[in-house]
Amino acid sequence: MNKRTKVRNFHQAKWDEPVIYELSNKGERGILFPEIEREIKTIVGDGFSKLPKNMKRKQPPHLPELSQMQVLKHYLRLSQQTLGADLNVDIGQGTCTMKYSPKINEKLATSPKLTELHPSQDESTVQGILEIIYKLDLFLREISGLDKFTFQPGGGSQAIFAMASIIQAYHDSNGESEKRDEIVTTMFSHPSDAAAPTVKGYKVINIYPNEDGLPDVEALKKAVSDRTAGLLITNPEDTGIFNPKIREFTRIVHEVGGICGYDQANANGILGITRAKEADFDFCFFNLHKTFSSPHGCGGPATGALGVTKEFIKFLPVPLVEFDKEKYYFNYDVPRSIGKVRSFYGVVPAILKAYSWIMSLGSEGLKEVSQIAVLNNNYLLKKVLEIRGASAPYAKGRHRIEQVRYSWDELYKETGVTTEDITSRMVDFGFHMWSSHHPFIVPQPFTLEPTESYSKAEIDEYIAGLNKVVEEAYENPELIKNAPHRSVVHKIETDSLDDPAKWAITWRAYLKKSKK
Amino acid sequence: MLEVYFMNKKKKIIHPYIPNSVPEVKAKMLEEIGVKDIESLYEDIPEDLRFKDEMNLPEPFISEYALKRHVEQILSKNQTCQENLSFLGGDCWQHYVPAICDEINQRSEFLTAYAGEPYEDHGRFQALFEYASMMGELLDMDVVNVPTYDWGQAASTSIRMAARITGRTEILISETISPDRLSIIRNYCKPIIEIKLVKYNTKTGKLDLDDLKAKISSKTAGTYFENPSYLGCIEDQGKIISDIAHTHGALSLVGIDPISLGILIPPSNYGADIVCGDIQALGMHMQFGGGLAGFIATRDEERFVMEYPSRLFGITSTAIEGEHGFGDVTYERTSFHDRVEGKEFIGTATALWGITAGVYLALAGPQGMQELGQLIVQKSQYAMKKLSEIKGVKIPFYQSSHFKEFVVDFSGAGKTVKDVNKALLEKGIFGGKDISVEFPELGNCAIYCVTEIHTKEDIDRLVRVLDECLN
Repeated sequence: MNKRTKVRNFHQAKWDEPVIYELSNKGERGILFPEIEREIKTIVGDGFSKLPKNMKRKQPPHLPELSQMQVLKHYLRLSQQTLGADLNVDIGQGTCTMKYSPKINEKLATSPKLTELHPSQDESTVQGILEIIYKLDLFLREISGLDKFTFQPGGGSQAIFAMASIIQAYHDSNGESEKRDEIVTTMFSHPSDAAAPTVKGYKVINIYPNEDGLPDVEALKKAVSDRTAGLLITNPEDTGIFNPKIREFTRIVHEVGGICGYDQANANGILGITRAKEADFDFCFFNLHKTFSSPHGCGGPATGALGVTKEFIKFLPVPLVEFDKEKYYFNYDVPRSIGKVRSFYGVVPAILKAYSWIMSLGSEGLKEVSQIAVLNNNYLLKKVLEIRGASAPYAKGRHRIEQVRYSWDELYKETGVTTEDITSRMVDFGFHMWSSHHPFIVPQPFTLEPTESYSKAEIDEYIAGLNKVVEEAYENPELIKNAPHRSVVHKIETDSLDDPAKWAITWRAYLKKSKK
Repeated sequence: MLEVYFMNKKKKIIHPYIPNSVPEVKAKMLEEIGVKDIESLYEDIPEDLRFKDEMNLPEPFISEYALKRHVEQILSKNQTCQENLSFLGGDCWQHYVPAICDEINQRSEFLTAYAGEPYEDHGRFQALFEYASMMGELLDMDVVNVPTYDWGQAASTSIRMAARITGRTEILISETISPDRLSIIRNYCKPIIEIKLVKYNTKTGKLDLDDLKAKISSKTAGTYFENPSYLGCIEDQGKIISDIAHTHGALSLVGIDPISLGILIPPSNYGADIVCGDIQALGMHMQFGGGLAGFIATRDEERFVMEYPSRLFGITSTAIEGEHGFGDVTYERTSFHDRVEGKEFIGTATALWGITAGVYLALAGPQGMQELGQLIVQKSQYAMKKLSEIKGVKIPFYQSSHFKEFVVDFSGAGKTVKDVNKALLEKGIFGGKDISVEFPELGNCAIYCVTEIHTKEDIDRLVRVLDECLN
């Protein structure tokens, strides 16, 4: 590392690795399966001839043929060409809470005592894992103030979908589901807070932020009516500004008969500080792969742990995990259950990792997590605001919770360099830098979230990276516009990805189209 | 820095997961921000929203060793399919997981990556593109999505896609679908799409074509059946079903278990337009149901591609001649791009399992998938034959073909599945999944699953113990 600038002379692993089909060599084998016992063969024959004639596959599937070490090597190279949180100062993927996923929890979750459990085993044989599921439910009740959790949703979006389903089932039970056909959300809430209720047939009203960056209470008042089914809202939103009027939001929606769901996918700044209960929410959900440390896995497997107040337990997906003081068991007797949103009981390894993480920290530890995440974020905010061309729209001079949506608008106006360009150049120093969900309300947006996991020195290194790139933007914008230069590959050609005649989602499609 | 009880005393510790807890560092950062304490940073959270009590959580295990002991002690109460002999199937299956599958999905780089760009996360894009490419060959289709939550979600989205493509709102589903999956579909489709069930022939386990013909109409968006079905039977009327659907302007949707496609033809070969299923069998441990992941596949036609809610990764070129690049195909369809008009919704699902399934298919190769498929049918045919010879045991759909699962009926022995499974459990055997409540018309039935992990000795042991407890 260059001691003066604190920026690494980085180059990502670049293996120039071919697509696996280009490595195929006829006849090679990656793994052998057991041989069929002679006795079985004598009795049933080749097995194949008993299949219906029109169902027999005559030609084996056209899969690549590689020996074992060659498969391993190929995938290890691809892994090296992927920038995981374990390798970089992963504060550039704001809203995603890229914290440390402890290795001990991976070890525990990959124990055969968990991996080799079938979900339909007799309850008496799975008491250990049921205990963990039940206890995590108890923990999250404490953290949220709500009364019962389900871990069935396989991600935050599926938890939002489950909330929309419960809202509909609730109004259905009152004979009002047809009349109540609107869901209110905010523009700085996750896109799925709008998209998932749309699948349930809801008309979605998006509240825009006011000049303070907060969803406008007056706009909410105008939006609600006897057609309001519910509110789905993130807090703090992507801006990292806590909405101090959140209880007014729930009051306004409750007053017209709506139900309130709190999107706490990212609750990393508020553990033990403020809860769904005090803000009068009926539901909330936590992403176990964000706040509760389960790793992100390139985009799952994941869990959106969904909690509700007493009144709504009867609508939860089945089964619930209960304890009768002697044994843990599944409860399918949920009178108005929405049914299922995902098979079985959810992504159980993520549940175990979250349990283990909480057990390593306790109540004080969780608070410390949030406080340090907030400290880190405000330190980063201070430093980013010192960078030429960067700004943090809204709430000037105020502090933020766990993340901030910044803007490169000034830099863009002065140099023509965009957020996208800077993202591509940050890569050359071993960093991610994420922009924002669409639409870009903040112009040239970027979103940073340092969590509790990164040391001051690491945060300083990230800031040094930003400074370096900004310096280049003013001195040599072309360098940035053509980035990356030291990553795995160079600037990609994107037009073909939107052209039906050219896009290729599989290798076979690519071969067909590139021949033309 | 946090205070914890240690040896019955309050003790201050710096938690290993929180570096900036070190008081000197904390002080320096606070000074830089210009506030005197962290509390000042929470200025925007009003008093009345503050949680004033302590969260009632157990005292933490501050050493990693103590934590490990604690969690392992709880997990030790589980009895696994490795320690016992299991014949459970039905939406989650015990197959052999090659060591390299675990090696790759435990790599720090893949395990802890998330949503980076096609540059620094090039490997993630390529691995998922290759997964889709190999699935595409297995399915004989040109488009496969980045995996979704599970088969239930994949089927639900396939149905929604069919409804959007045809502009119709009714779907016909075979009664032999997994009841859990049907429950997911019902909730996902409500209140937009009407679901009608199509009967099955209780002798063959196959779809009742007369009932299908009676129910299909110009309102039908699509027909959906599973092959093999939840009851284990191979449906050989696929072409006829697809033709009926197409004649009525509907799409043909089929759900499958991809591990069967080394020996069975893929649904695209009998007219299916949208194919879905679960990839858990391809290299994922069961994990109490946590290893599931759903796929959706179609032909490469714009009217299909534009209706996927999922990420679709495509191959492209870069500024350097000959270099492969990857990126999102038609990102603007997704709810990430358009929160209202985007197709359904997209979020974190099961990408790591997709990468793992790719590793599995690359290891197995064409010959491996074929040999594996054959091995599984030989073993399940042997198990069916042996079980059918036990007095009081009947295999209801014996005349139909099966892949790895089949229904076993204990009605003749005058025993409920519960009784049978209890007796088996005492001998260290997990009997088949009880479906007597899900399919009461079949009697006291269970679904048994036999795969490559079962040896002849395992099957013979099941038969011996069953015979002992029934007769």
